[in-house]
Amino acid sequence: MANFKVTKKIHIISIYIALLALALIVLAPFAWMITTSLKEPGTVFEYPPKWIPQPLTWQNYTRVWDAIPLGRGYINSLFVSLLITLGQLITCSLAAYAFSRLKFPGRNKIFFLYLATLMVPTHVTMIPIFIILRALPEFLNSAFRTNFWTSDLYMGNFYVGKPLGLDSYFALIVPFCFSAYGTFLLRQFFITIPKDYEDAARMDGCNDFQIYYKIILPLAKPALATLATFTFMNAWKNYLWPLIIANSPELMPLSVLLQWLQGLYTTDWTLLMAGSVIVLLPVVIVFSINQKYFSHAMHVGTITH
Amino acid sequence: MRIDPKVKLQLIIASFFLLPNFIGFLLFTLFPIAASLVLSFFQCDLLQTKDIFSWKFVGLENFTKLLGFYRDSGILKANDPEFWRYLWNTIYLLLKIPLVISASLILALLINRNIKGRVFFSTSFFLPTICTGTALYMLLRWIFNADFGLLNLFINKFSLGKFEGFKWLVDPNLSKLSFIFMNTWIEMGGLGMLLYLAALQNIPQEYYEAASLDGADTWEQFWNVTFPMLGPTTFFVLIMNLINGFQEGFQQAHVITQGGPAGSTTMLSYYIYNQAYVWNHMGYASAISWALFVIVIVITAVSWKFGSKKVFYG
Repeated sequence: MANFKVTKKIHIISIYIALLALALIVLAPFAWMITTSLKEPGTVFEYPPKWIPQPLTWQNYTRVWDAIPLGRGYINSLFVSLLITLGQLITCSLAAYAFSRLKFPGRNKIFFLYLATLMVPTHVTMIPIFIILRALPEFLNSAFRTNFWTSDLYMGNFYVGKPLGLDSYFALIVPFCFSAYGTFLLRQFFITIPKDYEDAARMDGCNDFQIYYKIILPLAKPALATLATFTFMNAWKNYLWPLIIANSPELMPLSVLLQWLQGLYTTDWTLLMAGSVIVLLPVVIVFSINQKYFSHAMHVGTITH
Repeated sequence: MRIDPKVKLQLIIASFFLLPNFIGFLLFTLFPIAASLVLSFFQCDLLQTKDIFSWKFVGLENFTKLLGFYRDSGILKANDPEFWRYLWNTIYLLLKIPLVISASLILALLINRNIKGRVFFSTSFFLPTICTGTALYMLLRWIFNADFGLLNLFINKFSLGKFEGFKWLVDPNLSKLSFIFMNTWIEMGGLGMLLYLAALQNIPQEYYEAASLDGADTWEQFWNVTFPMLGPTTFFVLIMNLINGFQEGFQQAHVITQGGPAGSTTMLSYYIYNQAYVWNHMGYASAISWALFVIVIVITAVSWKFGSKKVFYG
């Protein structure tokens, strides 16, 4: 029996060693990023390399802050992601209500159409949208005989891009506010809500909008939270679309802004790593606070995506 | 034709709920899909100088250029060798899939027990997935740097200074391998691990008890109980990875190597980007994106047909 206990202990210890080694492999690059960001620019090429920077300096953080409009990048990423999330929550929940609780001719056919588009790669749809957005301002200008649609807009001193087309918040946000995937996700949840609640509300004289707003939405909070998390993360990470839409640095979200920084300072590693730390730190903090939510959202996301 | 007033009311109510989403769906999904198919039969170049389009109907020319071959002094040559090369790159990078799947299974098996620091380990493994994006790719570019990167410093130290390390991202023969390693590192603690963890918890404990009564050791238990029970999860993760694998890779290549060296990390998605938004060949880019679409459809169809028969659903 004692022998059995010893083998079990060895077993547990070897599992711990394996886990620690793997955690080290995953975490070491992040530690290296922080170390590099705190070194003086010349010292990264020293050999042997040091894990504790000597001398330790914060200058890379101030340098990166001066080099690119990082604050503006944060505002852009947040603003764009929040509005896309809000837009999807509204349009998808309304449509999901129609698909799950209402009867009307053609309902199943339209829903099937939604499902059929889930497989289409984004590359397919992006090209025509891009062409239209690029041509639209000129077209509107000549149609209404103004220069408004290609002009730069300001709120005070704050540049807010063009009204439409390339280099506009419109183009960054609106195409993503409608999602067949989101509609599908919410519809799947809405059909599980018992009909009795709805009938009772109807007896009390509620109309469809009141049922949607007062009964279905509060009951569907978990599904809405999942969709919100998933949409926000995707919008935050979006890269290709803002890359082709946002040409001026004032409109770039963080993902594109950081790539722009890299184009300017290709091998200034201390500066680049300071930029990476600034961009990743809030993400990591938000993640560790809402850890459970994230994994749940990702989980549901893969199953239905 | 007269419409039943009850149906009319239904339609009015339904359109109130449906229209906001449906208009967007029409404008940003359905119409672009159709438009892109039409575009693929045109030569449509956006001219840089002013917003002028040059449209020309070319029939199937984009597709024959993309997929066709010609005979040059007895040797078969592709009309667009680049496309086949980038398709090959895309397929090559799918080699990450067996690595990612087995690594995430191992991680899930290690974590799936009552140990201290369980949350710490799972959070750590999940961290790269959360951080994926420009910042993480920039970090990986620094780690894989041939002269001062952490990876080569590590190799150097382990070989006691005898070996300088590899030219990871500089050598066209190693760049794809570097990408495979990076992606394995990023994704091993991601969705696959989460799905495996959930699946492991759904395996009834009695199965293991029965197996150990029959004298099965841990290894045999894994192959005869755990692995078959995880079949549906493995299959699902595999299909998801395949479908995504053909479409992704643009951001990583754009941030880390700009598709180089010598085009060795350019994938189909990057080729579409170049054709469409760098060289302004919208018609041709649409044709490539439809080729990509067909690949995705084929994978999905095959997996549907194959999946229901071969996988054990416990």
